[in-house]
Amino acid sequence: MSGTFVGMPAFPEAAHEAVGNKTLRGNLRHATHTIRAKRAKAVAEVSDWAELREAGKRIKDHTLRHLDRYLVQLEESVVASGGTVHWAADADEANAIVTHLVKMTGESEVVKVKSMATQEIGLNEALEAEGIRAYETDLAELIVQLGKDRPSHILVPAIHRNRGEIRDIFEREMSEWGRPAPEGLTDTPAELAEAARLHLREKFLRAKVGISGANFMVADTGTLVVVESEGNGRMCLTLPETLISVVGIEKIVPSWQDLEVFLQTLPRSSTAERMNPYTSTWTGTTDEDGPQNFHLVLLDNGRSDTLADEVGRQALRCIRCSACLNVCPVYERAGGHAYGSVYPGPIGAILSPQLRGTASEIDASLPYASSLCGACYEVCPVAIDIPEVLVHLRERIVEGGPVVREGNRVVLKPAKGHAAERAAMRAARWAFTHPGVLRTGQRAASRTRRIHPRALPGPGKAWSGTRDLPAVPAEPFRDWWQRTGGGKEGTK
Amino acid sequence: MSSRERILGRVRRALADTQGEDTPIERTYLREHGDRSVEETVELLAENLADYRAIVHRCASADLAATLAGMLAARGAKTVLVPPGLEPAWLADADTEQIPDRAESTPHELDRIDSVVTACAVAVAETGTIVLDGGPDQGRRRITLVPDHHICVVRVPDQVVSSVPQALERLDPVRPLTWISGPSATSDIELDRVEGVHGPRTLEVVLVDSQASEDVNS
Ligand code: SF4
Repeated sequence: MSGTFVGMPAFPEAAHEAVGNKTLRGNLRHATHTIRAKRAKAVAEVSDWAELREAGKRIKDHTLRHLDRYLVQLEESVVASGGTVHWAADADEANAIVTHLVKMTGESEVVKVKSMATQEIGLNEALEAEGIRAYETDLAELIVQLGKDRPSHILVPAIHRNRGEIRDIFEREMSEWGRPAPEGLTDTPAELAEAARLHLREKFLRAKVGISGANFMVADTGTLVVVESEGNGRMCLTLPETLISVVGIEKIVPSWQDLEVFLQTLPRSSTAERMNPYTSTWTGTTDEDGPQNFHLVLLDNGRSDTLADEVGRQALRCIRCSACLNVCPVYERAGGHAYGSVYPGPIGAILSPQLRGTASEIDASLPYASSLCGACYEVCPVAIDIPEVLVHLRERIVEGGPVVREGNRVVLKPAKGHAAERAAMRAARWAFTHPGVLRTGQRAASRTRRIHPRALPGPGKAWSGTRDLPAVPAEPFRDWWQRTGGGKEGTK
Repeated sequence: MSSRERILGRVRRALADTQGEDTPIERTYLREHGDRSVEETVELLAENLADYRAIVHRCASADLAATLAGMLAARGAKTVLVPPGLEPAWLADADTEQIPDRAESTPHELDRIDSVVTACAVAVAETGTIVLDGGPDQGRRRITLVPDHHICVVRVPDQVVSSVPQALERLDPVRPLTWISGPSATSDIELDRVEGVHGPRTLEVVLVDSQASEDVNS
């Protein structure tokens, strides 16, 4: 991973600042609560949710266990259907490959489908440095790009912006990048969307090169899948002559049939819809329909290192639905930026320190950016036990131990007396001095007692080695106090 | 060492602890949700399409040409894009100028066309989705994307399945597929849903009774 956001302070400071920002908190709260409620309804519609979730988990686990085999199979199928496959060990290599491919076309601008992988490697900046302008075409990404801002949510990257702010950004910045905002633009969502439509259509219609990621890659057929809502994805995938897709090596599913699981769980978990408005699948190139040159860049960038960790590797099951962000009490208050990575929220807290290592203060503090309430695990459509990985990573940071970095086994030194531990302690303190975070965390903790670790991580490990941890009470003390006025009104 | 070898080597070393183990994939989930008659499945498709803000029409096969002509006239469409294999009779009554789907036409040309009429490959009732597979009566992917108005004809009940698993079984992964559930939409601004950011802002689906047509023909 190409480092943290530039100049990013560790989670506690960043979160502290965010919590003080009222607009941000209001926007976030509204958004996460809206999606959360809708999602629960969409999930309740399918009676076999538990079975779909289990199947999704197993498909991904099975794939990861045979990842070498499936990668080779995928390569063969993509090549057989007319595509070209490139392998990139890290961000720099991926950026160099894409830059080279764009230069070969002679073009100096590209249109982009929203993609976490290209954000992770900092592709736009790398292209810019080579004189190539990359236009983000997802409405939220456009807002982020025009606002010279950073994304704060996996699914709705501009979730921290309200309509008034968006209007101001459009009015101020659109003319810098192409068609200016219409005269007298108001802040109604319909007008703002129309302004974006006009601004971007110009770019779609003349684009010769499109860049995308993919939600899934099917090993046996060589098919790539992009799931979206707006149609900007379809524009980028079908109008240009050349299509370059940058995809993490963990995005494979073995067979065409496996899509039946994820095309049911992903839309419901992510936008709370039965099905997202558009899903595109393509297998290599098709004569006279869509791009005639297709390049797939397979990205490692810390994924094989993550795979080497027996507990942590489950993070690679993630299908980036963002459901865990919307239920996280810490995310809701701290906001996505505090995580210092393109992957915010609970999944970011376990994915970023694994992809990037824990050398930096922010990465070392991320596993502490959680109250371990377990809500993220409950909503995850591929059943990633995020609390388990958080505890595991905390232990790794404080105690040290063997890890794999860039393919090499190294022994991580215990963080005692180091920046990491200080960061960790500050993160813990931060959570404890923000009663709202703690309270929500505790309530959920009571409901999820079953999945709690029985041993303490880190320095407490020796203590809990010979003792059982006290069970979490059925009701947090604070709630009991509030409900009963400190016992004055009886206990029930 | 090439990056290919480097990555594959790292992956293999990372998996050293899992030698011989496997996670069998169990498919205990349902093939479809609920027990419905054929009519009820078509009814559910119509309902879910409408729920996702597609405009749904139903007609008998014999009335399809008139229905399509009426829809194009109501929209005030002067030009309509036509895939090469579209049943010619479908647009026999339409007053609209027909523009064939050609590989040479530029995106800018497509942008000036008012409407597009296509058939589909399959429709999914449980999700309210129509799937196009680029067949001759559906044309290139871009023709259902650039014009602002898309009319899609679904033959019911032949082309209707209940669920996503049933749809995937029917589809050919080698063809480029477009799954469409309602018109283009975004919720990026304070999560207010707005239709039509980049794709067609209006999606009209005609459910045409294909069984009735067999009766008429026989
Ligand atoms: S960890 Fe699970 S819930 Fe979170 S984004 Fe990934 S798949 Fe979704």
